[in-house]
Amino acid sequence: MSDTAPHLLEVDNLSTYYFTRDGVVKAVDGVDLRIDRGEILGLVGESGCGKSVTSLSILRLVGEPGKIVSGSIHFEGEELLTKTIHEMQAIRGDRISMIFQQPVSSLNPVYTAGFQIAEVYEVHQNLKRKVGLEKAVEMLARVGISDPVRRAKSYPHELSGGMAQRVMIAMALAAGPELLVADEPTTALDVTIQAQILDLMRQLRADMGMAIILITHDLGIVAEMADRVAVMYAGCIVEEATTDVLFARPKHPYTVGLIGSVPIIGTRKEWLEVIPGRVPNLIDLPPGCRFASRCRARVDNNLGICTVTEPDLLEVEPAHKVRCWLYQEIPS
Amino acid sequence: MTGPGSLVPDPLHPEGPLPTGPLPEGADLRGETARLPETRGLWATAFRELSHKRSARIGMVMLGLLVLVAIFAPLIAPYEPTQVLLGKEDVRPRDPPCIHLFGCDDSKPQHILGIDGNGRDEFSRLIYGSRVSLIAGVGSVAVAVAAGTLLGLLAGFFGGRIDNLIMRVMDVLLAFPSLLLAIAIITVMGQGLINAMLAISVVTVPAYARVVRSAVLTVRENDYVAADRALGVSTSRIIWNRILPNSLTPLVVQATLGVATAVLEIAALSFLGLGVRPPTAEWGSMLAAERNQVFTAPHLVFFPGLAIMWNVLSFNLLGDGLRDALDPRLNR
Repeated sequence: MSDTAPHLLEVDNLSTYYFTRDGVVKAVDGVDLRIDRGEILGLVGESGCGKSVTSLSILRLVGEPGKIVSGSIHFEGEELLTKTIHEMQAIRGDRISMIFQQPVSSLNPVYTAGFQIAEVYEVHQNLKRKVGLEKAVEMLARVGISDPVRRAKSYPHELSGGMAQRVMIAMALAAGPELLVADEPTTALDVTIQAQILDLMRQLRADMGMAIILITHDLGIVAEMADRVAVMYAGCIVEEATTDVLFARPKHPYTVGLIGSVPIIGTRKEWLEVIPGRVPNLIDLPPGCRFASRCRARVDNNLGICTVTEPDLLEVEPAHKVRCWLYQEIPS
Repeated sequence: MTGPGSLVPDPLHPEGPLPTGPLPEGADLRGETARLPETRGLWATAFRELSHKRSARIGMVMLGLLVLVAIFAPLIAPYEPTQVLLGKEDVRPRDPPCIHLFGCDDSKPQHILGIDGNGRDEFSRLIYGSRVSLIAGVGSVAVAVAAGTLLGLLAGFFGGRIDNLIMRVMDVLLAFPSLLLAIAIITVMGQGLINAMLAISVVTVPAYARVVRSAVLTVRENDYVAADRALGVSTSRIIWNRILPNSLTPLVVQATLGVATAVLEIAALSFLGLGVRPPTAEWGSMLAAERNQVFTAPHLVFFPGLAIMWNVLSFNLLGDGLRDALDPRLNR
């Protein structure tokens, strides 16, 4: 397996549906992802496009009423979807870790920061509490917390948002995972702290060599951090390319709209570009391309097929995939 | 942008360009070097809050006195609690209190709370009664809390059918008048202090199960539980090390107030002749034995009643104070 597929993580045709009373919400619908060792993959899209559900699916943490209905997830050649609960528990936090958006509330209020990091060692490496605490202090120093001995004894409510996120990162990286899933790690932080945290993540990536899936809606962060970017829309990946290529030559109308809607510091525009319309209801998706109803290019080029058949995600240039009829042959 | 020497001021930096370039050697710009205050744990904080509240202080002092009395009962009590003094001293049943200091005849033996109906020293019996009352109160609550916590944790964490089953049984228990149910249980199991305690435990379990369950339902949805799952922490560890400590606050308050109720119920059961067996000194049974002599020997009814009230009041004051001290919503 690993001979033919050298990727660290391979997600194929992953679909995660939520079975609600109103109907089936197709939160993730046929997503393919590849990530190699030491790579940072940016996963961008607006709220509700399925970014977080994709990451939760990789760790198999989708809760009721959600369910992974199809697809496969290979991590170092092993299929994760057929693992038992105990096998998954052994993988989570040890080989794949995750950090969350709200750092302060993601820490347990009744335990000190050091204790919570030490517990990761206890759970995954069977270390004694005392040894774990010593290593926790080391880890805190490593994520750039000053006075780590003292800070290890702090409770979460005594930490600032930036520090709490550093503690979360220390917890996630304690066991030395090969893959870190960062779900909007800096959304709740202000910009200066944001820069520090991103810097830290990049530096730790260089030190420890883990791969990172960086989930965000902030294109600035992606441009700065990611090696490769996948753009998600309504549960699907619509475009995937290296970061430079994606920002220089975006192809999918949605990506073009996204990049156009970012204000540029120092210039004033009368209007910011806006993508008209709203994300379609994920319960009963219309046939055809999911973006069709909001797509200017469809109208300009008078493409009838967009509302009839969904395009495939095809490689239009080397390492640049787009899911759009503009770039592929329309079947007659 | 404006170049150096331009007459047009830079709108972003009117006072001139900010210094850029490499930082001076040794500069620490992590911004988290401020001196940290000494950290204090949850319980230390709670105790401090507690001692700031007058009613809680009074409760603690009253309870402290009671505990001291119970521990040092043999040193305080002038007689054995079950020792019949008739024929040994010049006393008759139901003699009123005789205190030499307050002008009681020196020829008569001193009994500061008088003699009970069987010719025993009332004061000594009252002192020893504190032991039974405290042990029975705290013991029955401890058993009820243990059982209630377990049931509440299971119901709250797993939900669904388990939740329904457990909570409906609890509802049935609550539907009975508690004292009647306790009497029924004692009738089946037989009379005695241990059985009375168990009966009270059974009757009060639903209260604790409900408190714990509702706390679990709140805590379960917290981000840090999701974070723990992502770190590969097992379910049982999440229940015991995450959810339980965070649900403890309302439980502690409920348990403290519950001791007061349990003390009253033990006294009530003993009053009905279902609690402790006769020679043992117990406030409720002492009260019951002399209830027909309220007018001829009021001291034999008044002082046991006062003792029960003292005990109940101290726990109630303490519980009220704890509720305020542990309430995180009140910011001080």
